[in-house]
Amino acid sequence: MSNAAQPRTGALPLVVLEGISRVYGSGDAAVTALAGIDLTVASGEFVALMGPSGSGKSTCMNVIGCLDTPTAGRYTLAGLEVTALDADARALLRRYVIGFVFQGFHLLPRLTALENVELPLLYQGVKAAERRARAQAALAQVGLSGREGHRPSELSGGQQQRVAIARAIVTRPQLLLADEPTGNLDSARSHEIMQLLAALNATLGVTIVMVTHEPEMAEYAGRIVHFRDGRIEREERGGLCG
Amino acid sequence: MWMIAWREAVRALSRNPLRSFLTVLGVVIGVAAVIALVTLGRGATAAVQQQIAAMGSNVLFISPSRGFGPGSATVPFSVEDARFLEREAATIAIAAPAAATNRTVIAGNQSTTTQIVGIGEGYLAARQWPVIEGREPTPGELRSGAAVCLFGQTVATALFGDRSPIGERVRLDKLTCTVIGVLAAKGQSAFGSDQDDVVMVPLRLYHRRIAGNTQVRFIIAAVAPGYTSREAIAEVQQLLRERRRVAPNESDNFRITDSREIERTFTATTRMLTALLSAVAAISLVVGGIGIMNIMLVSVTERTREIGIRLAIGARAVDVMTQFLVEAVVLSLAGGAIGIVLALGASYLAAQALGFPFLVDLGVIALAVLFSAAVGVVFGFLPARRAARLDPIVALRQE
Ligand SMILES: Nc1ncnc2c1ncn2[C@@H]1O[C@H](COP(=O)(O)OP(=O)(O)OP(=O)(O)O)[C@@H](O)[C@H]1O
Ligand SMILES: [Mg+2]
Repeated sequence: MSNAAQPRTGALPLVVLEGISRVYGSGDAAVTALAGIDLTVASGEFVALMGPSGSGKSTCMNVIGCLDTPTAGRYTLAGLEVTALDADARALLRRYVIGFVFQGFHLLPRLTALENVELPLLYQGVKAAERRARAQAALAQVGLSGREGHRPSELSGGQQQRVAIARAIVTRPQLLLADEPTGNLDSARSHEIMQLLAALNATLGVTIVMVTHEPEMAEYAGRIVHFRDGRIEREERGGLCG
Repeated sequence: MWMIAWREAVRALSRNPLRSFLTVLGVVIGVAAVIALVTLGRGATAAVQQQIAAMGSNVLFISPSRGFGPGSATVPFSVEDARFLEREAATIAIAAPAAATNRTVIAGNQSTTTQIVGIGEGYLAARQWPVIEGREPTPGELRSGAAVCLFGQTVATALFGDRSPIGERVRLDKLTCTVIGVLAAKGQSAFGSDQDDVVMVPLRLYHRRIAGNTQVRFIIAAVAPGYTSREAIAEVQQLLRERRRVAPNESDNFRITDSREIERTFTATTRMLTALLSAVAAISLVVGGIGIMNIMLVSVTERTREIGIRLAIGARAVDVMTQFLVEAVVLSLAGGAIGIVLALGASYLAAQALGFPFLVDLGVIALAVLFSAAVGVVFGFLPARRAARLDPIVALRQE
């Protein structure tokens, strides 16, 4: 384990990646997206991942989000060894423990904003009335009140991104993974969203791992992890919480 | 979860109503065929049973030809043959000779073509066919061949409308006779002909003035109380073979039909038709199921990204499987429902047109619903499993 990737003192480790690598394809066409990642994220931490395009940030997020299975290495989430779990168990972790803001939003085009946000609650078996109320509250939190009935195609890129954020936070996940959550937002909106994430982290103790290209946004995190060519290059303390 | 799956399925399918409709057409046709068939079959059976009851139970029809058509070298019956049977056969209470042909009846300026039946003594009693207005011909009138006639309901209405025909003089060809009675309504025969479209005259008058010969075309025999029609048939067969000198190695040169046999023939025919069309319906259900499977496979491919997103936010394979299975079942159930409505509508109209009672068989409808749901499950399984087995990462990357 790299010394730089140790958690802050005292807190319990929530995410523990040990020697994680991910190789796509095989033979000559093999692409190494992750080449041995050691990373520990403590419960309640706010970590930013930075690095050039193609350095493996999204791949790493997919592994942490229990979506992708690493080619090698061991991943432990809240004490559970994810790499040893079956698909259904990983689905349940995604359902109850993790909220994911995808780089490409991944909204269902035929559902309205409200229905998109309700969807994870639906899989949690939350009753209709509560589902609706919580989805509306989440949309309000990202500044989208009044847009509940719009479909993704009727929303701007930034608005779609905020629907995706609302969908990720509506379940009040223990672990929030956000892949460039402000990539399509103007500076003012970006700061609003970052303040929201920081507040969730500070008041509810939601653990956040966020990918960003903007140093300004990374400042909100307590720790910044720099990726390069599928490896962790270096780490630094964030500006605001550090 | 289930309720939501149903709602979502309905929504997903109503987004593309034409495609959904075309997809389920096979199921629609299959279900409609079965239900229409069973409904009409029940109506027809009920109608036949009514008619058989109307025809008189325990009545034998004895004709001198072997089949229904004109047999080769038919030896005709005579009035004597009927008397002989009534006298000699213990199992027969009444044996009445009769003959029939088609003629035009004219009353004033109205005319209609109908069946003229020459009836011997006991004919109406044997057929248990009452006269509801006027009177029956007296034995004297029957013996002497008086110029009197009985009208069936259809003829009475055609020629006289609401007026009573009793006492009116009508013309049958060149013969003029007086209407003395109107027969009770009998309805359709088992073969669909109108039994009330008839004029009856004394057989003797018929022989002399209409047929120009003395042939008896058939004998109506009422089985005596205490005997079964089976026993009566055996005895009549025995007596007629002797009387008509049929050699032991020859087959009968006459034919005995009882009302039950007509029913049996009819039931056998219906059963065969039902089996045949059920096979057609089964094939069309299978074809319909394949149609559903095909569209569901297309749908899974089209919606790979959607499946990826659902998996990414916490759906398990079984949830995705459920979603697509429910969609297939909703499709086929909708097809079944359309089929049921179409079939009931069509068989109602057909029953009206054919004069059958309209009898809905709830059991068959329940079965159709069950079957269409089963088609959805069976043919939705493969596409649903394909959807459930998708890898979330791969599915999400799909365009
Ligand atoms: N499914 C895949 N098949 C093949 N190669 C892949 C696949 N997913 C990712 N890669 C490759 O893995 C490497 C890392 O990709 P990744 O998406 O993790 O980068 P990233 O750091 O998120 O980049 P960006 O900042 O542009 O989002 C890239 O070279 C990419 O081409
Ligand atoms: Mg990325």
